[in-house]
Amino acid sequence: MSTIVFLVVLAVIVLWVIGAYNGLIALKNQVVNAWKQIDVQLKRRHDLIPNLVNTVKGAMDFERSTLDAVISARNKAVSATGVKDTARAEGELTQALGRLFALTEAYPELKSNQNVLQLQEELTSTENKVGFARQLYNDVATQYNTKQATFPTLLIAGLAKATPAELWEIEDVAERSVPKVDLSLNKPPQ
Amino acid sequence: MSEDANLFAQQEANRRRSNWLVVGFIIFFAWVGFGGDLAFALLTADASPGGYRHVIPFMGLVSTVTAGGICWYAWRHGPERVLWSTGAWEIVEPASPEQRQLVNVVEEMAIASGVPKPRIWVVPDEDPNAFATGRDAASASIAVTEGLLAALSRDELQGVVAHEMAHVRNLDVRLMTLLAGMVGAIALMSDGMGRTLRFGGRGGSRLGGRGGGGKGGGNPLALVVLALWLLTLIVAPVVSRILAMAVSRKREFLADATAAQFTRNPMALAAALEKLSAASAPTRSITHGAAHLCIVDPSPGLLSSREGFLADVLASHPPLRQRIIRLEGMGYQQAKRQAVAG
Repeated sequence: MSTIVFLVVLAVIVLWVIGAYNGLIALKNQVVNAWKQIDVQLKRRHDLIPNLVNTVKGAMDFERSTLDAVISARNKAVSATGVKDTARAEGELTQALGRLFALTEAYPELKSNQNVLQLQEELTSTENKVGFARQLYNDVATQYNTKQATFPTLLIAGLAKATPAELWEIEDVAERSVPKVDLSLNKPPQ
Repeated sequence: MSEDANLFAQQEANRRRSNWLVVGFIIFFAWVGFGGDLAFALLTADASPGGYRHVIPFMGLVSTVTAGGICWYAWRHGPERVLWSTGAWEIVEPASPEQRQLVNVVEEMAIASGVPKPRIWVVPDEDPNAFATGRDAASASIAVTEGLLAALSRDELQGVVAHEMAHVRNLDVRLMTLLAGMVGAIALMSDGMGRTLRFGGRGGSRLGGRGGGGKGGGNPLALVVLALWLLTLIVAPVVSRILAMAVSRKREFLADATAAQFTRNPMALAAALEKLSAASAPTRSITHGAAHLCIVDPSPGLLSSREGFLADVLASHPPLRQRIIRLEGMGYQQAKRQAVAG
């Protein structure tokens, strides 16, 4: 009798370990996958920048320092590794690009140049995509981190070789925050 | 997590509603058929031995099979038919900067909503409007009018696309597309039946009069069934329309709120709706059957500007003012929190 009880308890424990382990691995893969989504967009962004610099170079010859700042920020971003480094380098690149675009406003021939407009649109879009992919990444990474740090999954975190994933922190305070939404259908928000 | 639970509940509710819609539709057609058979059978039950007796319920069989066929067709081909009825063409390779921007914005929103990128269509119409259709997220399509591309800024376009992606993600598109097919079918059937009845009514009254003369009043049960049956035919198109509208009105508020979550920019969608409401010309390419799919009512001036009970029941969309006010409310909250945080 007691052997049966023992076996049942053992089976329950083994099943739980398997389930929890697989759950952790699935989450880990989701984190990796979400990061890849960001990475794809970052690569695209890095590829677009030399085109942009070449296009505007002729017209903006005396704004050399701004162009150089964009190029060096881009090179730093390309060689950045790890979430924290990448986040910082990309943030700097965004700022350098912002200054460049602010300057192009002063050049009518650039403002009406189809090529520049198209590159600007592509860069805006990649930036937005990075932003939205970052939300997804942070959500998944937070789930993963919470899971491996809470009891009882905590017990098998070592077995699954789970280590906390780094979040992509936003340093820019002016970044848009999540709006508070009211999903109730009947009353208007106060 | 709670947001996920909410999303899951939404999707589940839409799946359930879609299934019920199909079941209700088939039951309705079965009633139209078998009810007619029953009335006819009761009327002819005590016909003279040589006369016609309605024994085989062939009307019921035909109409039930037809209903099944319509459901299958609406499920398989509904999205294509909706797009086809508006004359939309698909953007395969963007040809202009505007189209490029639209494709980019859709890709952005696909990432934000976690839904695969839908197919993108353009409706050749000057009036700004947009809609989404499809069976599920994988087979979804988003269509915008040329007028929309011309009128909106990038951020506003993003808001509108986010609204449509919200419909896709919540699985509203499945319910709405099925409804579009069925409302159309019921309207057609009712028109056809009405014509048959007006034509056949004369013959029927002669038959009834003859039977009544011989039996002194006929079969009261048959008359009750017949009356009920006629009533259903008359009321069905109105009820199906009210149903479509009621379902769609609630979804619009929810899709607005979800769009604000995706873009984190409720003010842009509010500004877009403002522009859409200012363009008061009707969207001619979008017919009544697909009206409830659109972001704003394609034929304003009929009901959307009126108020009162009738407008409440029949309008496919809540008053735009109300939607804009809710979005602006979210925008102010966001600005306030940012001011506190910064």
